[in-house]
Amino acid sequence: MSDTIDLTTSSVDPAAWTCPAPLRDQSRIVMGHGGGGTLSAELVRHVFAPAFGGDALAQLGDSAALSLGGVRLAFSTDSFVVRPLFFPGGSIGDLAVNGTVNDLAMSGARASYLSCGFILEEGVEMERVARVADALGRAARVAGVEVATGDTKVVEAGHGDGIFINTAGVGLIPDGVDLRPQRVVPGDVVIVSGPIGVHGVAILSVREGLEFGVEIESDCAALGGLVEAMLAVTPDLHVLRDPTRGGLAAALNEIATASGTGVVVTEREIPVPQAVAGACAVLGLDPMYVANEGKLVAFVPREHADAVLEAMRAHPLGLESRIIGEAVAVHPGMVVARTGLGGTRVVDMPIGEQLPRIC
Amino acid sequence: MKYIDEFQDPELARRLLDEIHATVTRPWALMEVCGGQTHSIIRHGIDQLLPEQVELIHGPGCPVCVTPLEVIDKALEIASRPGVIFCSFGDMLRVPGTGRDLFQVRGEGGDVRVVYSPLDALRIAQQNPDRQVVFFGIGFETTAPPNAMTVYQARKLGIPNFSLLVSHVRVPPAIEAIMRSPSCRVQGFLAAGHVCSVMGVDEYPELAERYRVPIVVTGFEPLDILEGVRRTVAQLERGEHTVANAYPRAVRPEGNPAAKAMLADVFEVTDRSWRGIGVIPASGWRLSAEYRDFDAEFRFSVEDIRTREPDACRSGEVLQGLIKPHECEAFGTLCTPRTPLGATMVSSEGACAAYYLYRRLDLTPAPREATSVV
Repeated sequence: MSDTIDLTTSSVDPAAWTCPAPLRDQSRIVMGHGGGGTLSAELVRHVFAPAFGGDALAQLGDSAALSLGGVRLAFSTDSFVVRPLFFPGGSIGDLAVNGTVNDLAMSGARASYLSCGFILEEGVEMERVARVADALGRAARVAGVEVATGDTKVVEAGHGDGIFINTAGVGLIPDGVDLRPQRVVPGDVVIVSGPIGVHGVAILSVREGLEFGVEIESDCAALGGLVEAMLAVTPDLHVLRDPTRGGLAAALNEIATASGTGVVVTEREIPVPQAVAGACAVLGLDPMYVANEGKLVAFVPREHADAVLEAMRAHPLGLESRIIGEAVAVHPGMVVARTGLGGTRVVDMPIGEQLPRIC
Repeated sequence: MKYIDEFQDPELARRLLDEIHATVTRPWALMEVCGGQTHSIIRHGIDQLLPEQVELIHGPGCPVCVTPLEVIDKALEIASRPGVIFCSFGDMLRVPGTGRDLFQVRGEGGDVRVVYSPLDALRIAQQNPDRQVVFFGIGFETTAPPNAMTVYQARKLGIPNFSLLVSHVRVPPAIEAIMRSPSCRVQGFLAAGHVCSVMGVDEYPELAERYRVPIVVTGFEPLDILEGVRRTVAQLERGEHTVANAYPRAVRPEGNPAAKAMLADVFEVTDRSWRGIGVIPASGWRLSAEYRDFDAEFRFSVEDIRTREPDACRSGEVLQGLIKPHECEAFGTLCTPRTPLGATMVSSEGACAAYYLYRRLDLTPAPREATSVV
C-alpha cells in the first residue's frame, strides 16, 4: 500500500498512481460463460469447436443449415435452466419449445419435430413436472411442432435446480431461402419485430421480487409464423436473429462481426416499453442487453423493406415492428447507436452476464 | 418515463448546447466527479456535442474503479470461507483482485450473491442464522447511508451473523487531492448530485475559494449535465469561482439530515486508499468503535491482508486528464474491458473503458465521402 499523503505538505503524484495486474483466463467455468456474450463465444471457439471439428458447426449460428439426402434441413438444440420455472407470461415449458422453434425459424425453417430431454431433481413435486409438461405440450401445438422423442434423467437432490430441459429440433428450409450474416450488405435495413427487453425484465421482476407498478409479462412466443409471413413477401431476406440472451446488442454485434459490415441504429426508433425502461433505469441495466423470447431482428434488402415491414405489422407477433437502423460500410464489425440527443455511442458485445450497476 | 423523459428532451438540449457554444471563448477543462455522470455522458454521446474547447475529464467517482485491490482481496478471502454468504452489488463481481474475481470464487463453490439493497443482505442473514452473511459496503456518500442503516438495524434487531466489509469513500478530500497536484488541469467541477443530496453543499465553498474553481452541483440526466456544464463554463468565462446548485430538485443546501445523522452514528472518518491513487487522508469511512463487532475485517481477521498494487498501468494520469487513455502503452492491447489492467478499464463508467469504445470508432478507416456516422 502507498504511504499516507500528508495534505499539508504534499499532493497526489499522478505518476505514482498504479493499477493492478490483469486477470487473463478463467481456470473454471463462471456464470458469464453461459451469458451469450464474449465469454460464451470464447468457450465455443476455444474448447468446443476445435474438439468437435466439422464444417456444419463452423457456421456457429443459432441453428445449423444442413444438406441431407438432397433436402435442406435446419437443426438446432437449446437447454433451459430458467428460474423460476413459472413466470408472468410463460414457463420453462413454453421456453423449451419456443427457444428451439425460434432458432430454426431464424434459418427460415418451420420446425417439424422436437426432441425433449428432462433432467429432474430428486424431490421435485410431480405436480410441477406435470404442469411444465402440460405447458410444453400446449406450446408445441401452438407452434405446430410435434415432440417426437424424449429422455428423462433424475439427479440427486441438490444437484439440479428442480427441472432442466433440453430440446432439439429439425425443420425444412424452403427453396431460395438463404439466411446468413455473410449476406448482409451496406444499405440493408434493420427491422425489429416489437418492444425489446420484456422477457428479461419479467424474469427479473419475479426472481428479485421487484415490482414496477404494472406486471410485465414475458414476450415468449414461437416466431415460425411471423417468419413465414416475411418470407412470403420475398425469400431474399438476408439474415434473421432472435435476440435472446445478450439482447438486441448481442444479436446486432454477432451479425456485424460475422458480416464484416457496420450497423447503425437510431435509439429513439427502438421500441422500449415504459415498464422495461423504468425497471432498467432502477436496476442500472440497458434494455438493449436484456433478453427477449418472442422478438426477431431482420436485415432486409432496402428495396423489400417496406413490404416486409407491412407484412410483419399484419402478423399478431409483429404489430409493433419498426425500422431501427441500417447496415453501413463504415466501422465494419461495429454497432453504433445514434442517441436521442444526436450523439453516438458504440453498442458493444456484452462480456458475460449483465451486471446491475451500483450507481 | 415521468421525471426522466423531461430531462432528455432533444429540443431543450439543443438550446443549452447553443448557449454553451455561444458562451465559450477559450479552452476549459471540467471534471465530472461521479461515475454515474460519466456513464450518462458516454451513454448519450454528450461529450461529442459540446464545443471543442470544453473538455470533460472523467473523475475518480466510479465506486467500482476506486475500491482498492487490497479490499477486493479481502472480499475474495472472506467469500471463499466455508459457511459464508457474501453479498454484493452486481458490478463488483467482475472487478479483478489478485489473480481472480468474485465470479471465480463463485465458480469454485463460494456462495456469492448479487443483491440490490444492503437490507436484502440483512434479510438473508435473518433467514440463515447458522451462516455468516457479509455485505460488501463500497461507494461514496450515496451508498454509505443505507449501509450504515443496515448495520444499525443489525445491532438493533440482534442479528449477530451479519457483518459489513467497509470501503466507503468521500468526495471532498478527493477533489482536494486532485486540486493539490501541481500538474492538475481541472478548472471547474461538476459536483456529484446524489452525493450532495445526502451531504448538502456545505463542504464545497471552502474548496471553491481555496482553489479558485467553480463547483456546480450537477444531476445525471442529459439536461442536468448540460446545465451543469453551462453554468460552470459561464462562471469560468466571467472569472468567477462559486458553488452553485444546478440540481435543486434533488439537492437541498443542508442535504439529508437523517442520513447524515445515521452516518455520524455508525461511521467515523478514516484515511482510505483509492485504487490506483494511493491513500488520501480523511477520505473514507469505517465503522465506529461502537459498531466494530459488525466489521467483517475484524470478524474474519483479514485486516492483515496487504496487497501492493503493482506498477503496471497509468490510470492515475488518465484520471487527472494528463494523458488520454490511448496514450498508455497497454491500452487496447494488454488492457481491454475483457482483460482490464487497471481500474479505469474495469467498469463501463471508467475513463479507459469508455475511451476504448470511441477510439475503436475513431480508428476505423472510413470511405472518403463519409468520415463520420454522426
